[in-house]
Amino acid sequence: MSLRNFHAIASIYKFELHRFGRTLLTGLLVPVITTSLYFVVFGGAIGSRMTEVDGIPYAAFIVPGLIMMSMFTESIFNASFGIYMPKFTGTIYELLSAPVSATETIIAYVGAAATKSLIVGTIIFVTAHLFVDLPVAHPFAMAGFMVLIAVSFCLFGFILGIWAQSFEQLQVIPLLLIMPMTFLGGAFYSVHMLAEPWRTVTLFNPIVYLISGFRWTFFGRGDVAIEFSLLFIAAMLAVCLGIIGWVFRSGYRLKK
Amino acid sequence: MASIIRIEGLTKRYASGFEALKGIDLTIEEGEIFALLGPNGAGKTTMISIICGIARPTGGAVVVAGHDIIRDYRGARSAIGLVPQELSTDQFERVIDTVNFSRGLFGKPRDDAHVEKILRDLSLWDKRHNKILELSGGMKRRVMIAKALSHEPRVLFLDEPTAGVDVELRRDMWKLIGELRKTGVTIILTTHYIEEAEEMADRVGVINKGELMLVEEKTALMKKLGKKTLSVLLAEPIAALPPELAEWDVALGADGQQIDYVFDTQAERTGVSSLLRRLGDLGIGYKDLNTRQSSLEDIFVSLVHQEKAA
Repeated sequence: MSLRNFHAIASIYKFELHRFGRTLLTGLLVPVITTSLYFVVFGGAIGSRMTEVDGIPYAAFIVPGLIMMSMFTESIFNASFGIYMPKFTGTIYELLSAPVSATETIIAYVGAAATKSLIVGTIIFVTAHLFVDLPVAHPFAMAGFMVLIAVSFCLFGFILGIWAQSFEQLQVIPLLLIMPMTFLGGAFYSVHMLAEPWRTVTLFNPIVYLISGFRWTFFGRGDVAIEFSLLFIAAMLAVCLGIIGWVFRSGYRLKK
Repeated sequence: MASIIRIEGLTKRYASGFEALKGIDLTIEEGEIFALLGPNGAGKTTMISIICGIARPTGGAVVVAGHDIIRDYRGARSAIGLVPQELSTDQFERVIDTVNFSRGLFGKPRDDAHVEKILRDLSLWDKRHNKILELSGGMKRRVMIAKALSHEPRVLFLDEPTAGVDVELRRDMWKLIGELRKTGVTIILTTHYIEEAEEMADRVGVINKGELMLVEEKTALMKKLGKKTLSVLLAEPIAALPPELAEWDVALGADGQQIDYVFDTQAERTGVSSLLRRLGDLGIGYKDLNTRQSSLEDIFVSLVHQEKAA
């Protein structure tokens, strides 16, 4: 842990936000439109026939899942792209030759990506209020949960961006692993709605614990105990930080 | 003069097993322009990459401005500005933003006056609000120099600053480097053009296959490089050199059909015309003449031979 070059952190953070700024319209409009579409399809058309899940109106029930899904995607995409692009264009030379520590690099890149992810999450949260009556049982826990999720998935995205050697590799993990795991992780249904053995199988999917935990902050109950959810986030953070520490020590795919 | 960079026993072996640097020892003095001359693949870029923190050394030590590049990387890197060989820029950024970014990255607070001075010196001020992608190749290279100078480094590395650059731009670059030197910045540049080293450097190091073959004052090296050989192809072969030719450094070759004369192009009198006159006086006819510069290749070959002999 070496933390001294705050000018560098500010510069990278600003650079990254500026990069997001160039695609501001699509970056912010897309989550609003997507959320609205989900509400029309799931909340309106299907939800009207389902009424309640675990005592919660279906349209409200899917909100935490929707926010989580968008935040997973946004975090991984922004963080992985942020570090992959300099590698791709060659501008990474400047970062590597600068008096910047690993800690400072992570804070700047992950901080910027997490910021955007949190903005998107908040926009969806606000948009959802236009469609449903949405109580929040634990507002502070909800905010804290969003921050934790944004940071852990941005760390994961950062690792992905360092690992990837092509645009295809950059896409393959989010599309082939994270997306299916999110859909099967109870974003739009309760694990209790599944029959055995799928109910048990689902419990091996770590995403279940994350979505369930976030749902708990809204409705005071989830598919699994909140303690398990926190444990999973903590584990994910620890694993990502461990890998990143190793990446910088070994110079993996950064330094020859 | 104090030394600004000290390199001791620097080695680099890549994961493939390729030995890019085989024990480099070199000291760079503060304020000088040092040219690192060598063919492609000699290890020039590897050496620069290690000093700047882009690659890791396998062995040896490098100290920049009193800071070890590994233990005290912040101190070492803060003293260095790097302009790499490839034109790598953030295409969508504006010129002034990317220069400010570099300054911040190197831990310096924003300084509009300093950045303005750099951009004016590099004739980029009028283009400061342009996106980098709108600039020509030569202008992009200037932007990269501006980025490297943004944090007021004491040492500037220019890796092949004129590779793939047209003649006019090359002249511009030489002029620019001359001006930078006046500000007291130490400049280390790599090149494979002898004339470039000749034009700008105070000292020249020749590197080949990961070994520093020689480090010399430019003037001394140019003497070696400045030799030419005149070959006189004789009309009739002769058995031996006439004693009248003893005052020239001549040798008889090709079974007595050719006279080779080595002369110094830098000398006031090369002796070429007087030699030819003397040949005429002696009645030795010739049918062809040609001169050949001792090339960088020749120097390498002779250096390698010297090493083997030693």
